[in-house]
Amino acid sequence: MSTVVADAHDAHDEHHDHKPTGIKRWIFTTNHKDIGTLYLWFSFIMFLLGGSFALMIRMELFQPGMQVIDPHFFNQMTTMHGVIMVFGAVMPAFTGLANWMVPLMIGAPDMALPRMNNWSFWILPVAFLIMLSSMFVPGGGPAFGWTFYAPLSTTYSADSTALFVFAMHIMGMSSIMGAINVIVTIMNMRAPGMTYMKMPLFVWTWFITAFLLIAVMPVLAGVVTMVLTDKFFGTSFFAAAGGGDPVLFQHLFWFFGHPEVYIMILPSFGIVSAIIPAFARKPLFGYASMVYATASIAGLSFLVWAHHMFTTGMPTVASLMFMYMTMLIAVPTGVKVFNWVSTMWRGAMTFETPMLFAIAFVILFTIGGLSGIMLAITPVDYQYHDTYFVVAHFHYVLVSGAVFSIMAAAYYWLPKWSGVMYDEGLAKLHFWCSLISVNILFFPMHFVGLAGMPRRYPDYALQFADINAIVSVGGFLFGFSQLIFLAVVLKCAMKKGEKAPAKPWEGAEGLEWTVPSPAPYHTFDTPPEVK
Amino acid sequence: MKTRRTSLLAGLLALVATPVAWANDLQLNMTQGSTDMSQHVYGLHMLVFYICVVIGVLVFGTMFVSIFRHRKSRGVTPAKFHDNVKVEIAWTVIPFLILVAMAVPATITLFEMDDTDDSDLTVVVTGSQWRWHYSYLDHDVEFQSILATQNEQIYGRLPKTENYLSEVDRPLVIPTDTKVRFLITSEDVIHSWWVPEFAIKKDANPGYINEVWTRVNEPGIYRGVCAELCGQGHAFMPIVVIAKEPAEFQEWINAEEERLAAERAEEERLLSMNMSMDQLMETGRNIYLAQCAACHQPNGQGIPGVFPRLAGEGVSVGDRTQHIDIVVNGVSGTAMQSFQNSLSMSEIAAVITYERNAWGNDTGDAVQPADIHNFIQGNQ
Repeated sequence: MSTVVADAHDAHDEHHDHKPTGIKRWIFTTNHKDIGTLYLWFSFIMFLLGGSFALMIRMELFQPGMQVIDPHFFNQMTTMHGVIMVFGAVMPAFTGLANWMVPLMIGAPDMALPRMNNWSFWILPVAFLIMLSSMFVPGGGPAFGWTFYAPLSTTYSADSTALFVFAMHIMGMSSIMGAINVIVTIMNMRAPGMTYMKMPLFVWTWFITAFLLIAVMPVLAGVVTMVLTDKFFGTSFFAAAGGGDPVLFQHLFWFFGHPEVYIMILPSFGIVSAIIPAFARKPLFGYASMVYATASIAGLSFLVWAHHMFTTGMPTVASLMFMYMTMLIAVPTGVKVFNWVSTMWRGAMTFETPMLFAIAFVILFTIGGLSGIMLAITPVDYQYHDTYFVVAHFHYVLVSGAVFSIMAAAYYWLPKWSGVMYDEGLAKLHFWCSLISVNILFFPMHFVGLAGMPRRYPDYALQFADINAIVSVGGFLFGFSQLIFLAVVLKCAMKKGEKAPAKPWEGAEGLEWTVPSPAPYHTFDTPPEVK
Repeated sequence: MKTRRTSLLAGLLALVATPVAWANDLQLNMTQGSTDMSQHVYGLHMLVFYICVVIGVLVFGTMFVSIFRHRKSRGVTPAKFHDNVKVEIAWTVIPFLILVAMAVPATITLFEMDDTDDSDLTVVVTGSQWRWHYSYLDHDVEFQSILATQNEQIYGRLPKTENYLSEVDRPLVIPTDTKVRFLITSEDVIHSWWVPEFAIKKDANPGYINEVWTRVNEPGIYRGVCAELCGQGHAFMPIVVIAKEPAEFQEWINAEEERLAAERAEEERLLSMNMSMDQLMETGRNIYLAQCAACHQPNGQGIPGVFPRLAGEGVSVGDRTQHIDIVVNGVSGTAMQSFQNSLSMSEIAAVITYERNAWGNDTGDAVQPADIHNFIQGNQ
């Protein structure tokens, strides 16, 4: 009854903050801030779920021998952990940040395509329900790794593969729609005076990321479709017996997969490029070179995919070309790291939680980058490939890289989102617990990988036992540390905390700080003037 | 007082020494291996590692100096600079040159590694779920190599022994000081044949053949594993390679040829006579546990939706010829492979007999080697 009255009232309402209440607000919302919030909560729930799968893995690997779960379930856990973290946690977190921040940063009233925005979020939970339900069908869920190499995912997989494929399609659609929205918004809705080279780097990096998404998501859609038809409809794209080639799968998958890696890190670069200058109270060093470096990384990301496949038996010349191209990526990535360090140099730094996470990001991401150079060297990669050295490498860039940057972003913008300052004491506790445990978790993986432990093993030889026990302890510590983050965010969501000013950070720059905290439901109805 | 201090010191020393002693036993780095090539790879690994350490120390060092000195609490005023073309060119060009310095030795090593010409011995390595099969191209010798660790150790009912999960029933034997070429392929999914001491890791792709080579310097036992996710038995298909002096190897391969010839003669003999039920059941049980139990499970229950159940239903209690057909030819489009080439006729007969009579199936059927022989003949 009250809604009817409210709706009738709505027709004549000039008040900007008016919105439907209850669950309807969230289901039918076309507001970029609401959708951003939905994306961020969804991503956090997926992060905890994917994390709990990782803890299952670490529990089994705590000791040699099979104790807790069986190998088939173990493989489902590694698969689901990967799929959920990549497509459920990291990518939606960035899309959520883009939804919240891109319009605020470029002075736009909303995303350009608000209804599509609603749709691109709400199909995501559906996709993950399908994906998770696949674990409950006879034969179990996907157990072929998040890379689903054929023919393990075709001829030799359980029937739940059909659900896996369908869920992947929906996730891909969601990503493509999200990317289109970002591109259209940035190209058309910048405030007067906001030229491309004045855009904050977070906007730039997302702009480039969105093009990567549009370029490679269809390739993923293609390759999962081929898996589907190979398994159920008698085609032989990946079966030699029918004239296909299992290695073709890997080429297609990694042609998607490598740009995907950058999709998960470029927005991080943008976040860190916003936070470091804010807390160093000094302009970002080399803005233009940051933009060019991001664009070159994105370009090169299309030319390096086969470095995931050095052991598949490529011709020497092909291996060489992929090795050189991969090493070349170190140059623009190095430029970025040097720029961040130079931004800090002779600044006047303070170390609030966003800055702590940003600094940890620079250091730990660089460690992941350096092990990436080692992995690029083809003849040595033969020893690293598919070992825990690789697991250590990509968790350094994805967890202490991408995930840390997302946390930095959350702390940085929480006052803007919620209108209250987060609990700095709890936040610092969260940071230090995460920093220490993430290194207990992932650093020893380098050693056990070099010593020869392969990845995706439910059980291992005795010489790897000590390090695996340490890693498992680190895993549990890291996992439970994230509950502190949950507590901090819940406190903000319940408006418990000091009231935040429009610009809570002394050195912060950008249009988002010109609107009050919390940001009103509608902002920039009249575009701001950018000089 | 003094004793207390000494004991405190001793205690501290022990605290430091324990992890150090522990770290000495613990392998923390890549193996140097036992071939020239693995030494090159190790050298490259260390070179790139040290370069990365230097870069890391420089970058992080600068950062820490900055974090220490350029903090607001020290009352500094922030500088205003935000560009410096010269510096930016320098840190684009210098890393590029460092990368070139790493790429040159890497390229040379890679060309050497990929040169499989002029080998003296060729072994075909075939992966399948979840075992390796070795066949010497120039000799009449081939065999399967299966995990030798008992299930009881894996499931904690027996203590784990030294070579837990890195021991096999029949290791691959190769000569030292000889260029041995491996042709690597697979029967089902992708596997990857990895022996760290040789710096060899190559995928076994079904329907395609990859080539690698090694020249082992020292006789010894070298252990490896499957490195590409290949299903639930992925962790349970290790590799063991024994390198013997060429003369010893020659002796071994001759003996092996004779032994296999004798086995084939025995097989011929068995074709014309019947094995007793007990004999069939016992051989069958062993074969079943080694070859079939990974999928169909030791108790014949299978895994619902993935691997068919054999106890009390399906082909094991159904048509006998169809049962023989499935074991001999496999089922195309599924994980059930053909066992015609990997098991002898008596072994196939025994395992079918076992499946038809174990777990309360009790069909009473005894399948004889001759039945398998006739089936295969009839097939062709």
